[in-house]
This record gives sequence, structure tokens and C-alpha cells, in this order.
Amino acid sequence: MSSVRVLVGTHKGAFILNSDGKRERWDVSGPHFSGWEIYHVKGSPVDPNRIYVSQSTGWFGQLIQRSDDGGKTWEAVSNKFVYDGVPGTHQWYDGTPHPWEFKRVWHIEPSLTDRETVYAGVEDAALFRSSDGGKNWSELPGLREHGTAPRWQPGAGGLCLHTILLDAKHPNRIVIAISAAGAFRSDDGGTTWRPINRGLKSQYIPDPEAEVGHCVHHIAMHRARPDVLFMQKHWDVMRSDNGGDSWTEVSGNLPTDFGFAIDVHAHEPNTVYVVPIKSDSEHFPPDGRLRVYRSRTGGNEWEPLSNGLPQRDCYVNILRDAMAVDALDPCGVYFGTTGGQVYASPNAGDRWLPIVRDLPAVLSVEVQTLQ
Amino acid sequence: MIRVVLPPHLRTLARVGDEVALDLAGPVTQKSVLDALEARYPVLRGTIRDYVTQARRPFIRFFACERDLSHQPAEQPLPEAVAQGTEPLLVVGAIAGG
Repeated sequence: MSSVRVLVGTHKGAFILNSDGKRERWDVSGPHFSGWEIYHVKGSPVDPNRIYVSQSTGWFGQLIQRSDDGGKTWEAVSNKFVYDGVPGTHQWYDGTPHPWEFKRVWHIEPSLTDRETVYAGVEDAALFRSSDGGKNWSELPGLREHGTAPRWQPGAGGLCLHTILLDAKHPNRIVIAISAAGAFRSDDGGTTWRPINRGLKSQYIPDPEAEVGHCVHHIAMHRARPDVLFMQKHWDVMRSDNGGDSWTEVSGNLPTDFGFAIDVHAHEPNTVYVVPIKSDSEHFPPDGRLRVYRSRTGGNEWEPLSNGLPQRDCYVNILRDAMAVDALDPCGVYFGTTGGQVYASPNAGDRWLPIVRDLPAVLSVEVQTLQ
Repeated sequence: MIRVVLPPHLRTLARVGDEVALDLAGPVTQKSVLDALEARYPVLRGTIRDYVTQARRPFIRFFACERDLSHQPAEQPLPEAVAQGTEPLLVVGAIAGG
């Protein structure tokens, strides 16, 4: 029988939540790496027992931990992330040039096809790759050396590369997103890059339709239909039907189109989930009611999903990497909150149950469907 | 024998107890002690000093003999009591964050 493993990164450690295919009873393991910030935990699609953890603190820096037994034991495999060559400068918050400085790994993306290859998106924004299971990391410098990079400016959370999408149909294609530079795509395995922000409109930058400067919060795709991308921007939910070449707004009837998390149903490429957040200064659900919104039409028409979620006095946030889906049927949907809850829906969002209620603030949620 | 006391998170990471004992040949300095520490426990590379510049990480402090030695040159000899092993070198995670 299939089972599900939910990988949770929090402000003070990692947690692993296990259930059988019914997804009703859960075993909670953790905290792993207690006291450290765990920005991301993700398993390899090639070998699900291989799991990578991004572990950091302001005191001791960044570490990558790896498990080869599904999270039972861990090995600190590396902490060396060095930019290629002389990194140069990007814009600081005040518009002055600021040297590129490595701070942490925001997102880990294991290869879809090779057990030993894994990508890391870091702050200050750059993409790194390891070909030996995370022991040695090399930057793919073409992204940071893009001609627009000196104009990139950090979002409130830093100049972070937080989204990495690999494309099974186009093995050399990589889509990434940076706050607040925007989305970029490589079609040659990460050697060269171009901005893919046409159609985005951001009123908070001098030219709302600029080539770069957009605060993209997250991008999701369905692996069977990789040319269709869904984006939660700072404001606006967007859709692209051509791998990011152009975007159209699909916010439709959402109560607010600000938010962080977005994901796509495992079996229905047109079914999309977002969690609307009131505004960029009020990082909580509108009216204190926690509602996931689902579109079954690829955007524009959205329905609120609230069964089992708190509908009063709820003022948590759901961060960009804190939503995921499993591959069971019906599809399970999961998200974590800054209040420490991890909610699961075993039926595509119709009903929600908290797996845990009192973890540290949840930074990321990933799901593995195990056979 | 040089004695080094690590902060709790680094003890966990290096899988060591309250104190680490190191044998050093030559001058006993911050640099030589940390070089020996990292050679024995490679997982600590980058956690106390920057991987590239070897500069002390901003929230790390070095104390010994009731003195803050954080700002002394890395190649300056440590106090004789540290070199003799009667006092440990304390690697401290600074209080920060309120």
C-alpha cells in the first residue's frame, strides 16, 4: 500500500510526518537539527530515501544535511558555497551597489533523473549544482552574470533564489525565480539565462512592465504539462502557457491576489491552489479566516475551501515553499503556517485536518508519495 | 594539549562532548587551534570562520582566561594557560536576537 512522507522545515528544526495512504493517522518524527533554521527539506524523485536538508543559522552559517535512509540518519555533506569568480554587485535596498554575499540556501531541487545531481537556490541570488550528492557545489554563474544582475534588488526577505523548476519533457530547461528580480529560464542546462517576465505588471517599481524587478513569490507547474506555469507574484496570480515567454493574470474572483504559496493538483493540470493573504503589510488571511482557494479552470474562477480550517481569529501566514501535493488518488494537498500548523487534505482540498498544530513557524512543506 | 569548548550546536554537529582536546606542534594561536580543530572535525569548516576569507563569523566570539580574544590577530599567541592546557579556549555563540 502506498504511504506518504511529509517533509517540514521550520524556524527551529525539521520534522517528518508519516502516514499510510488513508492519510488520517500520522507519526511525527523530530525535531531534527533542533534549533537550526530549516529553510527546505526535499527528497530525490529517483531515490526517495535520499533526502536533502538546508540547515542554517546566523551564528554558524549554512550546512547541507543528507539522509540515505528516509530521514532516520543524517550526514552533514557540505557547507561550502562559493560564487564563481569575482561576484560583483547587485542593488541594495537604497539603490546603491552591494557586493554579492552568500547567506543561505533557500531551496533544494534534486534532479528528476540522476540520484547524485541536485540544485540549490541561494541568497544572495545564485544557482548552484552538485553532481556528487551534495558534497561539492559549483555555481552556474551564467545566471548571476546576466546583464540585468547589477540591477537586481532584494525583496523584504533578501535577494533569494527560491524557486527551481526542472522539466522532464525538456531536460535542459530550468525555470527559477528570484525575489525581487523575477523569473528566468535556461534552455541549455543552466549555462545561459533570459528573463521571462513579459506580462507581469508591478506597480511598486518605476516601470511596472520592466524586464526585471518583479517580486515573484513562487511558481508551480504540472510535470505532465511543463509549458503551463502558474505564478503567485507579490500581487497577482499569473499563468503562462508557453514556459514563461508571456504571462496573463488569472487572479479572477480571488478576495485578494497577494500571497506566497501556489501549487497544482497531481492529476489535474488545470486545478490550482493558492492561499490568499490580505496584503503585503498584513501577512495574514483576510478577515482572520484561513481559506485555500482552488481553481479547476486553470485560474480566473476560484472557490474557497474552508472545511476544517479556522474561520475566525486566524492570523498566520503561509510561506512560498510551504504548500505541496501528493500523488495519491484522490490527490492530497498540504500546507504549513507560520503558527506551526501543518494541514492536510486527503481529498484535493474538500476537507482539511491538522496533522500537527504546534510546531515552530513552518518555512517549507514537501511531500513524498511512497510505494 | 589544547582544550577547546564548543557551543552546543557545534558539539552536536561534530559529535563531541563538552571539551575537545587537540595536540598542536608549534605556536598556539587562534589560527593554529582552529586549523587543528577543523582538520580533526571537517564538518566544522565554515561554521566558525568564513570558508573563503577565514574571518571569524560575526556572531562567534573567542574567550579564554576571562578575556575576550575575538579581536586579536589570528596569528597572535594565545595566553600561556591555553597553550599549557590549564585553561580552555571557549568558542562562543554571541547572544543576539533578544
